[in-house]
Amino acid sequence: MSRITECFNNLKSQGRKALIPYVTAGDPEPKVTLPLMHALVESGADIIELGIPFSDPMADGPVIQLACERALLHGTRLVDVLDMVAEFRKTNQTTPVVLMGYLNPIEVMGYSVFADKAKAAGLDGVLTVDLPPEEANEFNRLMKASDIDVIYLLAPTTEVERVKKICAAGSGYVYYVSVKGVTGSASLNVAEVAEKLEMIRKYTDMPVGVGFGIRDDASARAISQVADGVIVGSVLVNKIAELAGNQEQIPGAVAAITASMRQAMDK
Amino acid sequence: MLTKEDLAIAKQMPDAGGHFGQFGGRYVSETLMAALQQLEQTYEKLWRDPQFQAEFDYDLAHYVGRPSPLYHAERLSRELGGAQIYLKREDLNHTGAHKVNNTIGQALLAKFTGKPRVSAETGAGQHGVATATVAARLGLECTVYMGEEDIRRQALNVYRMKLLGAEVVSVTSGTRTLKDAMNEAMRDWVTNVDNTFYIIGTAAGPHPYPKLVRDFQSIIGREARQQCLAQTGKLPDVLLACVGGGSNAIGLFHPFIEDEGVRMIGVEAGGYGIETGQHAAPLSSHCKPGVLHGNRTSLMSDEGGQVIGTHSVSAGLDYPGVGPEHSYLQEIGRAEYTAINDDEALHAFRHLTLTEGIMPALESSHAVAEAMKIAPTMGKDQIILVNLSGRGDKDIHTVAEIDGINF
Repeated sequence: MSRITECFNNLKSQGRKALIPYVTAGDPEPKVTLPLMHALVESGADIIELGIPFSDPMADGPVIQLACERALLHGTRLVDVLDMVAEFRKTNQTTPVVLMGYLNPIEVMGYSVFADKAKAAGLDGVLTVDLPPEEANEFNRLMKASDIDVIYLLAPTTEVERVKKICAAGSGYVYYVSVKGVTGSASLNVAEVAEKLEMIRKYTDMPVGVGFGIRDDASARAISQVADGVIVGSVLVNKIAELAGNQEQIPGAVAAITASMRQAMDK
Repeated sequence: MLTKEDLAIAKQMPDAGGHFGQFGGRYVSETLMAALQQLEQTYEKLWRDPQFQAEFDYDLAHYVGRPSPLYHAERLSRELGGAQIYLKREDLNHTGAHKVNNTIGQALLAKFTGKPRVSAETGAGQHGVATATVAARLGLECTVYMGEEDIRRQALNVYRMKLLGAEVVSVTSGTRTLKDAMNEAMRDWVTNVDNTFYIIGTAAGPHPYPKLVRDFQSIIGREARQQCLAQTGKLPDVLLACVGGGSNAIGLFHPFIEDEGVRMIGVEAGGYGIETGQHAAPLSSHCKPGVLHGNRTSLMSDEGGQVIGTHSVSAGLDYPGVGPEHSYLQEIGRAEYTAINDDEALHAFRHLTLTEGIMPALESSHAVAEAMKIAPTMGKDQIILVNLSGRGDKDIHTVAEIDGINF
């Protein structure tokens, strides 16, 4: 059983939902990321989504675009991100780590090199925003061979037939994008999300995480009541941006946000 | 050596998934998949529909002013002392470039799908102007994304778009050029997918865009082929077209794919020179395949997979990728790709203006420059057909600035 599946099973037996924070690796500088990951775990994060910085983050709003720019300014490459995962694994063998990003850095590294390095680093899952299952046969095969879950997005625009296809291709969990838009955009409609999740659950037993538009304790709590996981990104990345000049404060300040969300979700 | 069968296969590309060999495809976030599938279905149905074809042809004839002439540049040819140079005069189209062939087609698709709003990215502004033009005609709301750097370079086109009723959004992220405008246009689309038709300006992006843009632009090659046969009694020896994303080039090339005796040469922007790294020539610098803007294609990215900033004097060629069909035609050896530097393009701009009284766009000047290079090496009975994809009025400001003249 993968670390991700085990994580969701444990939470389920405790009647809790997963809190899944996203931060961009290397933002604002590479040395901040590792302490930040540990702080997130201590604050109650169950899974960490670590963003691979990319020059052209087409599905992201300004907050994560700027995070990518800051990380790239210090030359954070995919190999560096994998090194961060390996470092994290030295002291934490239980919290799943998922890389989230765009295909080109992986494409340029080569799928099989990436699969080997990711396995060696102790990575658990990968979510490639611009790689739909139709284009992912080879990628899926290699990730599966390395015991890495491939996590796919489902969107408000995804029809039933594609839900089936995507859920069949993915593993670990599926990520439901709650709004039409880029990351950090409009606020979400919980009733609409609940309705869509009901449909999705007809076709998969996998846990469903919901992201995009979760910005405070109230929205985290509301989503935790209908989803298996709550994914939160831009609000954390915003805090990192605010503290780019006081980097030693970043882990504590960001973890304070997730700790508060954790409390709201567990209430 | 490609067999007739190979060429027939090449002509039929892409496959059902939008692949041209290993290139092309559909690499987008899930939110856009439904819209792309719907677009594909709509397009496949309408493209075979005689009524749609009739409407498209009517607009090309009476609104765009087609067919565009094929002009024998006699003085230039005589002076170079080699091959006869013929110019396919896309610069004479309404709005001044080939771009309008595609926007007419996509606007018709938008009309049939009932979307009230169109969006577009633009580099030199020609596609933005062509989009704003058809939007004005059909009464559609129009938003055009343009890099801040290009807005500065192409102020005239920006004002033209505004006069046409379009909103021009300045893009300040990344390198502030065409690639970033395209990122922003994709973000707009993902947000407004229900009411917006995204009119991509080049034969790139996710399937079915590379195919449909090619099909709409293929009118260039079909006309040129007939005109050349009618005027000279034979096919051209060489086709030349500039390549940024490559829509004017694929429009010219595609109808000639099975004419094995016709060499097809795409001319990329060499910028300060391929050896400086400051260029926009992924094919001639033999870049590896990468994934950007929804398709796999030859892409200028670094060893970490980050897309590299490009340089070209012409905003319309200033793009790190290229339409996937060009990558394919290069890989199978059917088309060749080369690069022309900024200063060579500027020289060609001035030279064609002085010898023929035709002022080419800086983009098209790259193709003219290549013609000036190879014509002297060819026989006087040979023919070079150059796609003069746009007119140079929009570039007068840039050239004047280089000359130290401030209006």
